[in-house]
Amino acid sequence: MSNTSTILGEIEPELADTIVQGRRELFTRYARAGGILASAPLVLALASNQAFGQALPKQIEDTLNFALTLEYLEAAFYEAGNKSRGLIPSKYRTVFRTIGQHETAHVQLLQGVLGNAAVSAPGVDFTAGGQYADVFDNFDTFLTLSQTFEDLGVAAYKGQAGNLMSSGEVLTVALQIHSVEARHASEVRRIGLKLGWDGAFDKPLSKSAVLAAATPFLA
Amino acid sequence: MDYTQDLSRRRLLKWGGASAATIAVSGVLLPNFGITAALAAELGDGDIGVLNYAYALEQLEAAFYTQVLQTPFSRMQPNDRVILTSIRDHEIAHRDFLKKALGRNAIPALEVDFSAVDFGSRRSVLATADTFENLGVAAYNGAGQLLSNPDYLVAAGSIVSIEARHAAAIADLIDPYSARSVGKGHVDAKGLDGALQPSQVLPKAAPFIATPVSAATLP
Repeated sequence: MSNTSTILGEIEPELADTIVQGRRELFTRYARAGGILASAPLVLALASNQAFGQALPKQIEDTLNFALTLEYLEAAFYEAGNKSRGLIPSKYRTVFRTIGQHETAHVQLLQGVLGNAAVSAPGVDFTAGGQYADVFDNFDTFLTLSQTFEDLGVAAYKGQAGNLMSSGEVLTVALQIHSVEARHASEVRRIGLKLGWDGAFDKPLSKSAVLAAATPFLA
Repeated sequence: MDYTQDLSRRRLLKWGGASAATIAVSGVLLPNFGITAALAAELGDGDIGVLNYAYALEQLEAAFYTQVLQTPFSRMQPNDRVILTSIRDHEIAHRDFLKKALGRNAIPALEVDFSAVDFGSRRSVLATADTFENLGVAAYNGAGQLLSNPDYLVAAGSIVSIEARHAAAIADLIDPYSARSVGKGHVDAKGLDGALQPSQVLPKAAPFIATPVSAATLP
């Protein structure tokens, strides 16, 4: 057994398996030939929200488009929720308005980095085909989906971090989004009268697992 | 080895430790045999250095919350206690995980200095917790790109989102259901959380750590 399996096994075997599977998946799908990005133009792009002036390595482009899709979903969810009259109790409105602002900012940031390569916003159905028909009328339903999206976002970014290692700048930005999603998840859980976490270590999810969870909400 | 050249690209960071004047030459600590000299710690190179850096911060957090629960502030509410106890348990789990992962490369147990904290005051305790959690988030976010091994990156990611969840929970205890509880003050207009280099984090942690710690090769 390799040293790295050992370190992850210390967290918990299930998590180690998830990570190893996820890596196998990504290393077979991509050649990982991206190399190191020319960093200065990217930093400028991030600073200005202007498109990165040259093609991103395919692996990074795909990963950021995956993240962008999730951010579109979240941004649309809070946009609809925040304008649904009577949905969110007044004492929680600041929280959800702030979360919505962050998600919209994430969309703009990722669109800016991807430039012409950015995917467009997906169609959404937050009722998931009628399963959550009252999502924008019933705060409990809205809260359940909010927690689902936030926890999913945290696990998704974590699962994709390894795909971004060829660019320290892009990886850092992804991590800076990842922890914001975690702050959201914690507070949304708190509003639901829960602890903000499930344990001492958060688990990553593979791209396929994230897509399986998100697909019911994509129209 | 050319010491002059080597020193020129290394950086000595010393945390706190009023009494022990130490100097790093090529990463080797030469303590002055003061009282804390036996505990002086050099974090090390590469991934080991980054993991030791995380281990140092987790030691600090674990010691802090242990003290918080040993000497509870006056009128600690059940909600405070439940959340702070859970956070303490997480930080201990993080500390022990990193120690085990580092094995014989682990730095020694650090001597902490919480003389600036009034453990009898809820305000002082929560303000300190707020500092530590947000410092931890920014530290892990900045350190991700310093790691070479993708498994370590995911392991660090599994910890950082828990720190971010803690940060939200602490902010919520300070100011319930506020913008702050989802990151205001730490999340910028682009929706990005903090990311700091070790050389930016260590001076902020210094007042709370008595043991001299050097990070000769971390940026």
